[in-house]
Amino acid sequence: MVSVIAPVAQRIEFDLQRQSVRELNQYLHGDLSGVQEVLVKNPDGAHSLAVGLNAAVRVDIGGHAGYFAAGMNKSATVVIHGNAGPGVAENMMSGRVEVAGFASGGAGGSAHGGLLVIRGDAGLRCGISLKGADIVVGGEVGSFSAFMAQAGRMVICGDAGDGLGDSLYEAVIYVRGKIRSLGADARVEPMSERDLAAVRDLLAAAGITHPASEFKRVASGRTLYHWNADAHQEY
Amino acid sequence: MATLPADAVPGPAQHGPDLQLEESAGFDRHIIHYIQRAAATGLYEIRGMGSKRHLPHFDDLLFLGASLSRYPLEGYREKCSSTTVLGTRYAKKPITLGTPITIAGMSFGSLSANVKEALGRAATEMNTSTTTGDGGMTSEERQSSKTLVYQCLPSRYGFNPDDVRRADAIEVVIGQGAKPGGGGMLLGQKVSARVAGMRTLPEGIDQRSASRHPDWTGPDDLAIKIKELREITDWEKPIYVKVGATRVFNDVKLAVHAGADVIVVDGMQGGTAATQWAFIEHVGIPTLAAVRQAVEALEDLNKKQEVQLIVSGGIRTGADVAKALALGADAVSIGQGVLIALGCNSDSYVQRGQHVSALADYHKLGTGPGYCHHCQSGFCPVGITTQDPVLEQRLEPAVGAKRVRNYLRTLTMELTMIARACGKQDVHHLEREDLVALTIEAAAMAGVPLAGTSWIPGRGAGI
Repeated sequence: MVSVIAPVAQRIEFDLQRQSVRELNQYLHGDLSGVQEVLVKNPDGAHSLAVGLNAAVRVDIGGHAGYFAAGMNKSATVVIHGNAGPGVAENMMSGRVEVAGFASGGAGGSAHGGLLVIRGDAGLRCGISLKGADIVVGGEVGSFSAFMAQAGRMVICGDAGDGLGDSLYEAVIYVRGKIRSLGADARVEPMSERDLAAVRDLLAAAGITHPASEFKRVASGRTLYHWNADAHQEY
Repeated sequence: MATLPADAVPGPAQHGPDLQLEESAGFDRHIIHYIQRAAATGLYEIRGMGSKRHLPHFDDLLFLGASLSRYPLEGYREKCSSTTVLGTRYAKKPITLGTPITIAGMSFGSLSANVKEALGRAATEMNTSTTTGDGGMTSEERQSSKTLVYQCLPSRYGFNPDDVRRADAIEVVIGQGAKPGGGGMLLGQKVSARVAGMRTLPEGIDQRSASRHPDWTGPDDLAIKIKELREITDWEKPIYVKVGATRVFNDVKLAVHAGADVIVVDGMQGGTAATQWAFIEHVGIPTLAAVRQAVEALEDLNKKQEVQLIVSGGIRTGADVAKALALGADAVSIGQGVLIALGCNSDSYVQRGQHVSALADYHKLGTGPGYCHHCQSGFCPVGITTQDPVLEQRLEPAVGAKRVRNYLRTLTMELTMIARACGKQDVHHLEREDLVALTIEAAAMAGVPLAGTSWIPGRGAGI
């Protein structure tokens, strides 16, 4: 039996100083009909907050989250009012995850769908193995972001670290700032009208304002799609 | 005399009967052909199946059947249980199987959908489990499998929460015995529209998967990842951790500390659908050595009764299964054996009840039945390791399911027969004391005495 505190119509509060992550997730996996919002107080960097959600509910995490916040999210909106540890929104299928502050490594890794918004900076390997989701980062991203990204879009409003887009497949990256270096097979390409529209739409969805014309497009050169002896295995 | 193109790979030289031929041990015909091939192509060889070299293996162990000092069970009259329970440590819903022989993880992509369905049907008939692979879960295998283990691999191809929820267990794959430290590989001819769609890849590309998981690094992170999977599944499903056999003692300990319910250790004889030859033959340790190290790690942590051990890599017979259990495994997993049961390396395939010769298609691949390891090509002559719409019809699910069921049934009967002969009412009562080794190498690796002595190499003097 889950005990909740201060129930308000359509709004449920969990206080992780008194309740466990297990209780929170068990509740979120149950019948949420009629529930519009769940507020998680005192998260204090706990891991696996609001993971495996499968309903169109909004969850507000009132502070910092540890590893894998909103992991494998489907349909839900999860807002982290603080920083997020590694693997935020990993393998997200749909819905929306927002991080007010900084996101650590592997943010949005292997996410298949939905939108991840990081208002601050993102650490290493942001968007690694991306499989169709959209990611908007208000600040910078660390090295090896979009490594082996297969599908989806990333908008990076600040700078990008080393090895951006290494071994990219069909994902597309838009970068406003400097790119420290590109990874194997990633290349800068001209922005088309479609690219400009995509950047405008994604920024609008994230609530971030920059001219789309300031962004560069990075995509795969597709030279690694087949074995090639002349590439000297330098990848 | 016909001339070969400059980039052709020469075959073995043909000689008359009167020539004096002294073959080099170091540069024998295989090595000469390897060098000639490398020189002609500039690419390493990629192939399927497992290691082909001679390795210390279960064949090098023997059972000490009961006599005066042990009391046997009546072979056809007294019951010997083979019930196997996996995932008792933390999972609310452990898996109960009728046999300790499970089907190993093999992907849809490397195998056809018909094969995955056949494996599921056979596993269900035998009340055992089968396992997905790199590429996700197909509806065919979920529907046909009573107990399905869902792999969480570095690539995360097709990995999704709906399938996590409809799986019976989750297997976090760190590595596999054929290529510990390497990622998956699927050459373009097998990346069909359906395979590409499930993996979110362009159709027809040579797919090389990641070797590291995208969202965690190292054993401390793994502990947190496992907890995330437990939270997503409400702590219901067993979590397996699979490692390729290398530093097994330490890896098993780390997996236990990370919170695994079940640990799968895959020795270097384990198969693959496509891996570099040098990887298959030169990386990893034999299954025989891996079992002992894994068991010692569990015993060292006093977790032998709490965490279950599944051993795989070159398990072929009921005797192999019995030896793995006697060494301390709780169950085994079989990949190549079930493919061979399906018809892999057979000279024919069955269509509408009739055997049809596959010899011409083996010859197109430059091989013959009994020698084929060309799973990577996608041109499997018997329709197993293929995505070709014509070839895949050569494996009829009902035919394949029956053959795999028969194979697993035979192995289970052999297992219980040996257990009864050793005086055990339960196959899990087989123990190291029931075994001796035929060779010093096997005695040292398995930690059992050399036959006729009490000598275990590395553990002091014996007679």
